[in-house]
Amino acid sequence: MRKFESNVQFLKYQVNKEVTKHFLQGEECSEHLDEIAESIIPGPKPMTRCCIYKERHIVKERAKAVIEPLKGKNVIQILRSACDECPIDRYVVTEACRGCLAHRCKDVCPRGAIMIMGQRAYINQQLCVECGRCKDVCPFHAISDVQRPCIRSCAIKAIVFDEEKKAYIDDEKCVSCGACVYNCPFGAVVDKSYVLDVMKLIKESENNTKYRVYAIVAPAIGSQFTDVKVEQVINGIEKIGFYHAVEVALGADIVSCHEAEEFANTITERQWMTSSCCPAFVKYIQTSYPELMEHVSGTVSPMIAIARLLRSVEENCKIVFIGPCTAKKMEIKEDDLKGDVDYVLTFEELQAILDAMEIDLSQCEETSLDNASYFGRLFARSGGVSEAVQQAIEVKGIDADYRPIKCNGLDEVVKNLRLAKLNRLPGNFMEGMACKGGCIGGAASLSHGPKDVTEVDKYGKLSKEENSVQATRVFNLDVVDLERKYPGMEEKAEEKTEQ
Amino acid sequence: MEIQVCIGSVCHLKGSYDIIHQLEEMIASHGLEDRVTIKAAFCLGNCTGAVCVKADGEIYSVQPENVGKFFETVVEKKVM
Repeated sequence: MRKFESNVQFLKYQVNKEVTKHFLQGEECSEHLDEIAESIIPGPKPMTRCCIYKERHIVKERAKAVIEPLKGKNVIQILRSACDECPIDRYVVTEACRGCLAHRCKDVCPRGAIMIMGQRAYINQQLCVECGRCKDVCPFHAISDVQRPCIRSCAIKAIVFDEEKKAYIDDEKCVSCGACVYNCPFGAVVDKSYVLDVMKLIKESENNTKYRVYAIVAPAIGSQFTDVKVEQVINGIEKIGFYHAVEVALGADIVSCHEAEEFANTITERQWMTSSCCPAFVKYIQTSYPELMEHVSGTVSPMIAIARLLRSVEENCKIVFIGPCTAKKMEIKEDDLKGDVDYVLTFEELQAILDAMEIDLSQCEETSLDNASYFGRLFARSGGVSEAVQQAIEVKGIDADYRPIKCNGLDEVVKNLRLAKLNRLPGNFMEGMACKGGCIGGAASLSHGPKDVTEVDKYGKLSKEENSVQATRVFNLDVVDLERKYPGMEEKAEEKTEQ
Repeated sequence: MEIQVCIGSVCHLKGSYDIIHQLEEMIASHGLEDRVTIKAAFCLGNCTGAVCVKADGEIYSVQPENVGKFFETVVEKKVM
């Protein structure tokens, strides 16, 4: 069996798997919540909580979140019963404090928040501004930074806490990147799972006769199931009941060609532009820097590009995206993209479905997955988009001053957007990826290891097509709409022409 | 007449892009552009017979080496 990165990932997997199993047995899942909870928490001893009854309650809540339609608009939500109300005070003095003579902590504190009493330092939390200088100077490392993992993981400060000390997501700010989902050690933040909806979609297709269900698979697949071949995973995906699997990396090839043209045509006027493949990155600019939206690439993401290409060939098909990303679950609901992709599944959820159906990947035959070029497949990792656009510029023989700058993770995005706002961006093409390492570091990626980058490159090199232009040469892309219509941008464009 | 050429993974690896190009050239050289159109398809459901080409509801197995023969016996016959 697969080894999971943490028990949080494992629990998420178990819930998805059990719900899927009940569905496969033709049962109404909501009537079997107790059974699901008891099978996952058999007892008699609790694992982490006060008692097995609380643990079972949490499992039931998780299962309900899978079974019931999404409440609210954000696919990332706090499971209140699972939030352990971690300490709110960020810096605390620990037992290691020796009450020394130097007390550098007290001297360095800019707010006078530290006092020494009974041969020990204390922090007055009312005065503390969380600068962390005391922690840095203590020779005994006696001051501990116990900031809540959810808050620490959120580079854009969208997580706060409510009056009951439970974590709370500010949906106006949240970009659904899923960092908190991955980082909460209690598994109290969940991303909406659509496993049931996908299973229903497949079932109602009556073996792909009423309509065909296509799986479009993100290039991050290269680093996911490393103990089996990608071809075996594709075979597994088709065994679930998908009609056929298509590489999203081909969509990435389409995007690199389109973005290269867009760069050449608009860079003089815009001065700098960004990528647009990462939905969390785009959302962040939309919510926090709306005045910079004119710099955001107007090209759709690879997921949308491949979905629209598929629909241009086969009108009535259904499309499920499979990837490492939670923000994609939000992207498909955007006003100008609605209807392009039916559902998003994560690799974690894919694993749960495979196991619920007892599909052993190591025993699967090999079904090839090949349409994209090396460069399309590179979109899965940080730096890949910049390289791919550069390649498209070169292959197309475009004469352009292209200076890419890669932002690896939301904290680098935040930093560089501040510079961009002041016209000090050290480049003219900003590659923005919300997750560290790129999509392979996604919140719902099955693996977050140091080898993932090499796996992506290795997988990329296996492709038949040499470059993005070659990979897209047979398609009539004139019939595929590759332009985004960001809300509010059209009026802005009209204003400009009026002026 | 519409010809669908499968560009699903298996067919792609067996050279479906080349087949599309060859067919396009043959159509052009015979001046049949307004009577024959070529469309890509994602999987025509017969991967063992890659490359799959569908013309007039029937599925043919075509390889880059015998596109000429396919064009002569199937396309030309039906259109001309």
